[in-house]
Amino acid sequence: MTHTPQERVAARRERRMGVRLAYAVLAGAAAELTGLGLIATAAWLITRAAEQPPLAALSVAIVAVRAFATSRGVFRYAERLTGHDVALRAQATTRERLYESLIPPHTPRQGGADLLSRMVDDTEAVQDLLVRCLLPAAAALITSVAAVAIGLGVLPSAALVLFAGLAVAGVLLPAGTAAATRRWSARIAPARAALAARTADLVHGAADLAAYGAGDRALRSALDADDQLAALERRQARVHAAALSFGVLTQGLTVAAIVLLAQNAGVDTVGTAVLALMSLVAFEPVLPLAAAGERLAGILAAVRRLRDVRATPPAITEPAAPAPLPRGPLTVEVRDLVVRHAPRDSGDAAPEATDSMTRPALDGVSLTLTPGKRVVLVGPSGAGKSTLLATLMRLVEPEGGTITVNGVDVRDLRSDDVRTLMTGLTQDPYVFQATLRDNLRLAGPDADDEELARAVRQARLDAWVESVGWDAELGEDARTVSGGQLQRLALARALLYDPPILLLDEPAEALDEATADELMADLLDATHGRTTLMVTHRLRGLEQVDEIIVLEGGKVIQRGTHEELVNRPGYYRDLWESEALTRSA
Amino acid sequence: MRLLRATVRAHLAVAVGAAVLAGLLVLVQAELLAGVLSGRFTAAALGWLVLVFALRGLLGWVQGLYGGRMATGLKSALRHRLLERFGALGPVRLAGHRSGELVTLVGRGLDRLDPYLTGYLPAVAVAGVVPLAVLIRLFAADLGSAVIVLVTLPLIPVFGALVGMHTKAVTERQFHALSRLGGHFLDVVRGLPTLRAFGRARHQATVVRAVADAHRGATMRTLRVAFLSALVLELCASLSLALVAVPIGLRLLGGTLDLSTALLVLLLAPEAYLPLRVMGTRFHASMEGVAAADAAFALLKPAADAPSPSGGLRRPGRGARPPEIRLERVTASYPGRDDAAVEDVSLVIAPGERVALVGESGGGKTTLLNLILGFLSPGDGRVLVDGVDLRELDLEAWRAETAFVAQRPHLFAVSIADNIRLGAPGASLDEVRRAARQAHAEEFVAALPEGYATQVGERGANLSAGQRQRIALARAFCRPDTSLLVLDEPTARLDGRSEAAIVAATAELSKGRTAVIVAHRPAMIDLADRVVRIHEGRVVADTPRRELTGGKRPSAEDGR
Repeated sequence: MTHTPQERVAARRERRMGVRLAYAVLAGAAAELTGLGLIATAAWLITRAAEQPPLAALSVAIVAVRAFATSRGVFRYAERLTGHDVALRAQATTRERLYESLIPPHTPRQGGADLLSRMVDDTEAVQDLLVRCLLPAAAALITSVAAVAIGLGVLPSAALVLFAGLAVAGVLLPAGTAAATRRWSARIAPARAALAARTADLVHGAADLAAYGAGDRALRSALDADDQLAALERRQARVHAAALSFGVLTQGLTVAAIVLLAQNAGVDTVGTAVLALMSLVAFEPVLPLAAAGERLAGILAAVRRLRDVRATPPAITEPAAPAPLPRGPLTVEVRDLVVRHAPRDSGDAAPEATDSMTRPALDGVSLTLTPGKRVVLVGPSGAGKSTLLATLMRLVEPEGGTITVNGVDVRDLRSDDVRTLMTGLTQDPYVFQATLRDNLRLAGPDADDEELARAVRQARLDAWVESVGWDAELGEDARTVSGGQLQRLALARALLYDPPILLLDEPAEALDEATADELMADLLDATHGRTTLMVTHRLRGLEQVDEIIVLEGGKVIQRGTHEELVNRPGYYRDLWESEALTRSA
Repeated sequence: MRLLRATVRAHLAVAVGAAVLAGLLVLVQAELLAGVLSGRFTAAALGWLVLVFALRGLLGWVQGLYGGRMATGLKSALRHRLLERFGALGPVRLAGHRSGELVTLVGRGLDRLDPYLTGYLPAVAVAGVVPLAVLIRLFAADLGSAVIVLVTLPLIPVFGALVGMHTKAVTERQFHALSRLGGHFLDVVRGLPTLRAFGRARHQATVVRAVADAHRGATMRTLRVAFLSALVLELCASLSLALVAVPIGLRLLGGTLDLSTALLVLLLAPEAYLPLRVMGTRFHASMEGVAAADAAFALLKPAADAPSPSGGLRRPGRGARPPEIRLERVTASYPGRDDAAVEDVSLVIAPGERVALVGESGGGKTTLLNLILGFLSPGDGRVLVDGVDLRELDLEAWRAETAFVAQRPHLFAVSIADNIRLGAPGASLDEVRRAARQAHAEEFVAALPEGYATQVGERGANLSAGQRQRIALARAFCRPDTSLLVLDEPTARLDGRSEAAIVAATAELSKGRTAVIVAHRPAMIDLADRVVRIHEGRVVADTPRRELTGGKRPSAEDGR
């Protein structure tokens, strides 16, 4: 019983996948079998011809040789195509599943961007698994069975020897290389990591190294790391080469033993030649399996990593029976909010990671956003400002306290629904590989050109849009969009989306001073009368907002209007004065 | 490749030699097998046959062994040169490259050379020798068969090249679509937080599927052409086997050929084609590595703007008093950029004077620090230390006098103690502790799981920006005999505790030294005797601090 249309589609896709897989295996087997048939019939043709029978006795063999010769290439071509097609389909399914498991928010992992690209690389392992391991193994298996079966017809004892030889080359050796690779990877991986760390030290720490005259020492230690890696790799190469040469030896011994057995058993020249040459060729698809075993270890590790990612539970729990979305003017009430990051988290800009196990990122924060009220969050990096926004967006599960919207606890709402109420400019906005228009439109799929233009104008992006055009492709390499443009693009998205409660995380970040001032001024105009919660480091113009909250170490240390806060000694006044000093007089 | 050092070259020779020899042994193997099967040799020849297989195995092992050694040796040599190059480029030029790409190139990038070195190179040698040897043997055995092979053999490279060219054209036509579709998934996964924020994450799942399907379609279109080469190679090889086998059978029937020769021809004919097919396959597998090698060589190419060698002079006042630094009409720009980062800057910093550089970010404050440290050479004008041009000074010795705290100091993947003793490798743990205490870092270091032995970096402790800054200050304290403080205050706001600690430590560190401090906070600016404002690469104001603040700021807590 299938349930949703989606599941039915998936089930049908899976069935078709099975059929395609079967085709790929069959094509591969057919290519190998015709190769086997070609050499066996050719051997038969020649040895039988030497006995000088009437030509008619050979005609079938002649036709067979020509047929095998022609079809072999065609089957090989079909194998390649069906194999890659099925592998690409499998990869697409893997990616789709991975993506779906990533949709619910998760605790961010350490490693960030690198981790993501490795995860995406890992999905290619499925393709490798099929094209380089499973399909060749299946073709080799079918060919081996056929060769042993033919052998049984000629001389059972020879077939037994062939079976043993193929088993050694096709099962024992690949298993051996797989095990050896696993063992060696465990030793080589730390050496690789050490080299990467030393290289990163040289590149990222160049200024510190030069200033402290430590460049030579750092270089030496990087070179040492390389030498250690090289030594390990040399030893690994020795082991792998041995496995491959054992395969050739096995092939030779098997063929020799079969000829010896056949001659002793009194098999005629025709039978012996067919047995010998067929055995020789039967090893051809089997010998490369040792190299496939080598790859298998890495592929399986990738598959395991993907499984772990999929098994990671989301950061928040969805309600079993979601409450309906509150309507009308919205009031958000945050009461005594406590958020503690999970140990692996890299969360806020610069968390005091050594303390993060014990110290909450947010520790008893309360605030109220009534309709039309504008609140600004200020504080040092790592104070918990971005964490507060993430918690409001239901990306982080609070440990204590409540967030209510018109009295409804957000935990009783679907997290997707919460984000239709409260969202905006997040901490790490992203520009997609798409046109400028599509990059903006994702925040308003139904927006018309006029709405797009207005959002762009409000974000002070109109001059740039005019110069590059709405259809400019963005994001192909990071250079096409500057940090300031990206920030304003993200702001334009937020303004286009126009949520009831607008969240803005450092909208003027990465802009030059003059633009930042203009942008902040515009933003304070544009958000007039809109419920807004904004994180910022720039204090100019904040006399217009209703409340300023200063966070430090996850706690509210000051709150009030701009006027109140500048007249009190403390963080805010200090920041205000340093801003005045840094600006051009 | 000039890089092939003698040992690498020897290993390559052994690996290639073993591969060629093993290829030639196939001829012996065919001879023996044909002899035994036709009854020309006795069963005793089977022993020789096994020996030949064993030799082939052994040679294969030698090839793998020396091929591996050669590849590791060559990669290692390239890595050494790359790493040395990173050191020689210096911080300013290195910053012009994408650092992540450099690290990847040294690691996984060069590993992609393996298929080229261990697979393709020996295959080329084998393809150059073995088909020729097979042909010679065939001519000696049977002229008719030899001619068939001789005529069909060139078809393989010819068709291979034709199909290859066509594939290239198709791939190039589709390159844009392929790379876009191929990169789409990573793009979407990276942008997932953004999609989530605007409720588009779920919608994108169907797009992921659709794009994957489109990608598969485009890939298969190119593969259909690319695999044609495999089809042609396979067809050439198996059809010529048929072309050889059938006439031989007929001639055997007529009694004009003996079985031994016929079997030899049957066994040898495919061996003429095999090396070419192997070479073709390996060529495709090795393309990625060639791209990596190109990237490496591009980096190693001696650049026109290589750092000028530093002079051998010591500054005159060394050991007696802190340095005087004088910038005379300095204009400087970063490599690869036309616009000047600083323009016509003149500035005199007296011995022991503490100067704060203030102004907007991007205005050129950090560039002045780079000039003073000799990381960047002025395009115009001079930087003088005690009256001597920096270009004539021994830069190493000059920097050895410097206590430097970068805006975002790098913590190395070693212990906290080793990070602190970066500029004084011989410092004892007590000295390290004292430096940490002076930098107000002792408290949090002691709280780390392994104290000063705690490893920093991915697997070790992650420190906050403020803590990193204090480690960098401890580094400066730990260095003996410094006469100059160069400090770039972080622009990001730190927590109050870190900030106060950093100001206090900086005050302590600037005592008795000439100090150039890029400052953003009032408390930091309060440390200075003079405040210089930089705007768009120029000095726009130069004021004694007392005048600037009118002396009204409370400054007792700032540690003066």
